[in-house]
Amino acid sequence: MKTLTSILTAITLLLAVNSTHAQRYVTKNGNITFFSETPVENIRAVNKSVNSALDTETGQFVFKVLMKSFQFKKALMQEDFNENYVESDQYPNSTFQGNVVNHKDIDFDKPGTYEATVKGDLTIHGVTNQIKETGTFKVVDKETIKGNSTFTIKVEDYDIKIPKIVSEKIAEEIEIKVDVTLKKLKK
Amino acid sequence: MHLQLKSFLLLLTVSFWGVQSSAQDLMDLVEDEPRVEYATSTFKTTRVINHQSIKKPHDGTLLFIISHHFGRLNQGAYELFGLDNATIRLGFEYGIGDRLAIGVGRSSFQKTYDGFVKYKILRQSSGKRVMPLTMSWYSGMELNSLKWQNPDRDNKFSSRLTYVHQLLMARKFNSRLSLQVSPTVVHKNLVETTDDPNDQYAVGVGGRYKITDMFTVNAEYFARVNEPATGEYYNSLSVGVDIHTGGHVFQLHLTNSKPMFYSGFISETQGDWMDGDIYFGFNINRVFTLKKPEEFKDK
Repeated sequence: MKTLTSILTAITLLLAVNSTHAQRYVTKNGNITFFSETPVENIRAVNKSVNSALDTETGQFVFKVLMKSFQFKKALMQEDFNENYVESDQYPNSTFQGNVVNHKDIDFDKPGTYEATVKGDLTIHGVTNQIKETGTFKVVDKETIKGNSTFTIKVEDYDIKIPKIVSEKIAEEIEIKVDVTLKKLKK
Repeated sequence: MHLQLKSFLLLLTVSFWGVQSSAQDLMDLVEDEPRVEYATSTFKTTRVINHQSIKKPHDGTLLFIISHHFGRLNQGAYELFGLDNATIRLGFEYGIGDRLAIGVGRSSFQKTYDGFVKYKILRQSSGKRVMPLTMSWYSGMELNSLKWQNPDRDNKFSSRLTYVHQLLMARKFNSRLSLQVSPTVVHKNLVETTDDPNDQYAVGVGGRYKITDMFTVNAEYFARVNEPATGEYYNSLSVGVDIHTGGHVFQLHLTNSKPMFYSGFISETQGDWMDGDIYFGFNINRVFTLKKPEEFKDK
């Protein structure tokens, strides 16, 4: 019993030590661009102040996006987007909380490009869906990791209502391009 | 041994708490710093109905407004309830930066040209800085270009001019309700008789209530503080709807004011709602983005 306790204590200690050694990478100015393509109109919006953090030890990967920071070519479109479609006053942020599924296969200390699968909860407009998407991590140096992914979401999955009168101009599936440059967090 | 087990349990708890909090930590890392949140879309467009709202065209955006007021509804079926006659105004407004707007217009009523500047002094905001209302200043000039009624007398050009100054104060109470109060002075260089005041003071109240994303109900009323000595004029009262269709805002309304410029509808409204002197009218608002934001310049 004594031995067992000691072993367990050691494991616990190890776990605790491990978690304090976690490597965190963060950014406050990641890019997210989305595209809506229809025969009538192509719409593009850019957000250059995306918050993201990655824990290379546990594979945890999170995003927080301020919806009002999406910039459109037409100011009126931006106003409609916030006021009518994603209702930014009510739902100011979109978040993603998930994991890099294959983080054990990626050597975050060794420069190179790695395929990654990310799985987790994406919340937009107050609606959460589980998504699983692929992308790449590019380890640039000991301080910098670049994350890239392109995927699509369905507008209706997030309960975003598009009025009939503009439905020809707004696609049902929106392409989302994520581009973040994460910097190692200094302790 | 008992002590050992206890300490182990304690350690286990602490370490689990550690793992738990690390997930939370990561979310904390992506927290935003507090920021100033400006109220947007207090009104759908730059007009409540006849008068200006605190909204200005966005930076680099040109707004084209086509306005019609038809004849009086009580003209009856022969005039198709006023639809056979129309008073029109064409106007352009342009936004410069976050606060300034300029505009010009031409009304068929008394062949009036108008021009204005509008400046946003305060912006309603929450978050890091709290400001309960948006306040804008409007200064305009109106020029009556009708031929002189008595060409023989000494007519001065300045007699054609009227000045308007207005403080626009609005608050968006929630996503549906916005209200605006607008103290106004209209200065006419030429008035009908020497007994009439050159300065007409008035207070405008207006607002909108959003029914759906595309549809709001609007109303505005101008209470005149001093009354002219001659002429039978009424306070301007208008009710209407805004229909928002993406690139356009259609405003349909009923009003007792035939003119669509300030000196006309504030100080020379001749219609009496009680007698059915009601004009059906509309504004069609169309925006054109002339200046693209930085992010889109390359494309």
